[in-house]
Formats: sequence, C-alpha cells, structure tokens
Amino acid sequence: MTLGLPEPFHAAGSASFVDFLGSLHPERLPARGGTMDHGGAGAIAPHGTTIVALRTAEGVVMAGDRRATMGNIIAQNDIEKVFPADEFSLIGIAGTAGLAVELVRIFQVELEHYEKIEGLSLSLDGKANRLASMLRGNLGMAMQGLAVVPLFAGYDTARGTGRIFSYDVTGGRYEEHDFYAVGSGSVFARGSLKKLFSRGISTHDAVNVALEALYDAADDDSATGGPDMARGIYPVVAVVGPDGARILTDDETAPRVQAMMQSRMSRPNGPLSGAAGGEA
Amino acid sequence: MSVPFYVSPEQIMRDKADFARKGIARGRSVVVLQYDEGIAFVAENPSRALHKISELYDRIGFAAVGKYNEFESLRVAGVRLADLRGYSYDRSDVTGRSLANAYAQTLGMMFTDAPKPLEVEIVVAEVGPSPDLDQLYRLMFDGSVADVRGFVAMGGTSEPITTELAAEWREAMSLSEVVRLAVRLLGEHGEDQARTLDADQLEVAVLDRTRPRRTFSRISQVRVAELLAD
Repeated sequence: MTLGLPEPFHAAGSASFVDFLGSLHPERLPARGGTMDHGGAGAIAPHGTTIVALRTAEGVVMAGDRRATMGNIIAQNDIEKVFPADEFSLIGIAGTAGLAVELVRIFQVELEHYEKIEGLSLSLDGKANRLASMLRGNLGMAMQGLAVVPLFAGYDTARGTGRIFSYDVTGGRYEEHDFYAVGSGSVFARGSLKKLFSRGISTHDAVNVALEALYDAADDDSATGGPDMARGIYPVVAVVGPDGARILTDDETAPRVQAMMQSRMSRPNGPLSGAAGGEA
Repeated sequence: MSVPFYVSPEQIMRDKADFARKGIARGRSVVVLQYDEGIAFVAENPSRALHKISELYDRIGFAAVGKYNEFESLRVAGVRLADLRGYSYDRSDVTGRSLANAYAQTLGMMFTDAPKPLEVEIVVAEVGPSPDLDQLYRLMFDGSVADVRGFVAMGGTSEPITTELAAEWREAMSLSEVVRLAVRLLGEHGEDQARTLDADQLEVAVLDRTRPRRTFSRISQVRVAELLAD
C-alpha cells in the first residue's frame, strides 16, 4: 500500500521496535560504534556500579546501589539502576550510565511494542535473547571503554519459576541458577551472596541477603555506594514473581536497611552464613 | 489509439464512496462510549484472536470496522508511530490528536490516490484525567475526522444504534450500564431479528483512567458476563 506514512510503518511481519527505528531513524538508536580514540572515554563518562540478583522460592529479587562514579569523583549519589522491563521482568545495569539508561529505555519500548503488535508478551527466553542482540550492537562502544553490562531477571510464566540471565559486552547470554552480581563491586557482592544464599529462600529473606551483599560490596569497592542514612538514600530493591514485577518503596526498604545497620554495629562484617534472613 | 471515456471527478468520488460504504456496512458494528471512569469499547466479535479493539499507547485506544487486513495494517502503523513519538520525545508527548491526524492523512490519501479506497472506519480514543478531557475521534474511509463527545457507533447497522444512543446515553454512567446498553443495541440491530448477545460473542475493552500508566485493559469473558448480569 502507498499510504501517507513512510514505508517502514507498513512493513508486514516485524514486531520489533528496534528494527523499525533502525530502518526509519537509525540515528535515534542508542549509540552504535563511534569515532573516539579507544580507551579514553571511560574516565569522562559516569559509571554505574553494583547490581545483585538472586532466585527465591517465588521468583527473583534484584537490587542495586545508588552510586555513579566518574574516575575518582562520585558523579551521582542517588542514581537508579534497577528497573521493571515489563510486567514480569526486571533489568539492572552496570557500566557507562548514559548508554545503559538508554539501553533500558529502548528495551522497555521493545518489549511493550512486541506485546501491543502481537497481542501477547514475548517468552522470557525471547526477551533475554532480544537483550543479547541489542547489547551486541554496543560492542563498538564497549571497545572504546564505554561498556554496558546488564543483568536481566524475570518470572517465567510458562515454567512457573524465576530466572536470571547475565551478559557480557559481546552479547553473550548466560543463565544463572542461584544468584549473580555485575559491576565493579560484584566480586565482593558475589562472595557475600555465596555465604548467605540458600536455595528456596523466601523473597522476604532474599531482600535482606541482597542488602547485605550490596553493603559488603560498598565495604570493599570505592565505586559502590553504601546506604546513605543521613539523606535517606537506600538501595533500589525490586522483586518479580507470579504477581508481576515491582520496585519496593523507600518505606519498605528503609526499616530493613536500618535493621541491617543496627546489627552491623555489633558485627561489622555482617551476619554469619544463613543468618541474614532472620533479622528483619 | 482509443481515447478513454471521460468520467467526471464527482462520479469517481461517488463511486469510491459507495464502494467503501458497502464494504463497511457488511461487517458487525462497534460501539465506543464514555463512562464515569473511562472509555469503553464494545464489539460483536466471535473471534478471540482477531481483535477489532486494541491498545495504541498509554492512554490511547483504537477500534475499527471493515476489512481486517486493512485496519490491522493501520493499527500496526499507529502503534509504531506512537512508540516512535514516545521514545523520541517523552511518553506524555503522544496524543490521540496526532494519531488521528496521521490516520486522517493516510485514509484521505488512499481515498484520492489509490485505485481502491480503504474499506475501514476507525475510532481513536484518548482517556483524560477527567471525563471532560476525554477525546473521541471518528475517522471515515475518505479521511474526514469528527471530534465526537459521548459515544460513537460505526460499521454494520450503525445508524439506528447511533439514534438510540443519542436518546439513552447519559454522562457519568457506570461501566456495567454502558456495556449493557451497548450490548443490547448491538443485539437489537445486528440482524433482521433482535438477538441477545452472550459474553462469548463480544469483545470488550476499556481505557480506565484510574489505572497508572497503561490504561488499556481487555475485559475477560467472565467479567463481561458479570457486567451483563449486574
């Protein structure tokens, strides 16, 4: 049909917003490749740091600290790095903040666009694969020091379980079976998760474990921010399960963070293995 | 060399309009009505998968009658346009008016330029923060647009339905009231004999202004049956 709108609007068979945008306005896609000399960009662009996710009996808990750094400077102390991607999935981002936030935005549109055009949601594997291919488009930027590393998690309505997917800068996609962490403080967070996580943990206890892991990351990694009690800035915690995905409110997170800080007064290195769940 | 017969522009337009009108009248009607908490779409549609009603954006819905492949293509174009706007600018910058304009241009261009006009009629509805800010745009096959208040009936035997809606629709009716009204009129005027339509013959959806962000939601058959029984 020759209609009033340009050809890509009427192309049949595609339910992808990214493909549509690429054929109509490729310049509006999140940056692909670039012209800078490689290596130098990392120091001038803010970086987001640590994200953790763990599987629970009901679904997945994901949490992220609130710091973005630019070299040795704290660029932002209340950045949000964990988002609902759609009704049943979450995405957390580490790496170059500007590109990462844009990636999340277009990923959210991509999922909603598919749902509207096809009349049903993508499968969780479909969403995870879509994110991998979008990430691959950013490889050129990653080579210049502007890497984006997402962590994707969702409730698989077909299987009835929560699932976690990690990625590398080349778009490699790996399913994680228990827990995972990405970003600069991820090594310390993962060590903490390893001690405190147990399979079949309840969502309630898993939120505490996630907060402990972020605290441990902030303890040893200068780029990860701990809870800012004075300003009331707490980690962003999100949960996903059969009832859908949601971000916990500050009113829900604050008492748990305060309880954790209180117990750290007597045990600065955190709870003993298996004890984190029982303290809130 | 033979000279083609002269046909006056008036005649061409009249023929095209008659052709489109006939195609549109062949299908079943769709009714769109405002109620106290939003906008309701009610269609007689036995198919569970081939929708006549759908979501364009957060506060904007789409209903169509006529040829399925034609309005489906327009619906997809609308979703693409809305998502493109929302992504390029902001979600709040996507409006029913701009979508209605894009559809009007497309339909108008097809009517004058294409060998065959589109056999479709469309409603683009945008739910506002309060009923007086709701917007209903009715688009005809030739690209003409009407900004209507309250209710629209289109396709099939829409004229008697419109007449009765004008008499019976009131402001601030509840959802169950408008659904019952729409279903009764669709049943009375769909065929020569008046019928009673059941939930499984209906497609019902709403733009519910009380919902956050995405206001569009389809009403399940079970819920439709409850609304009809109220």
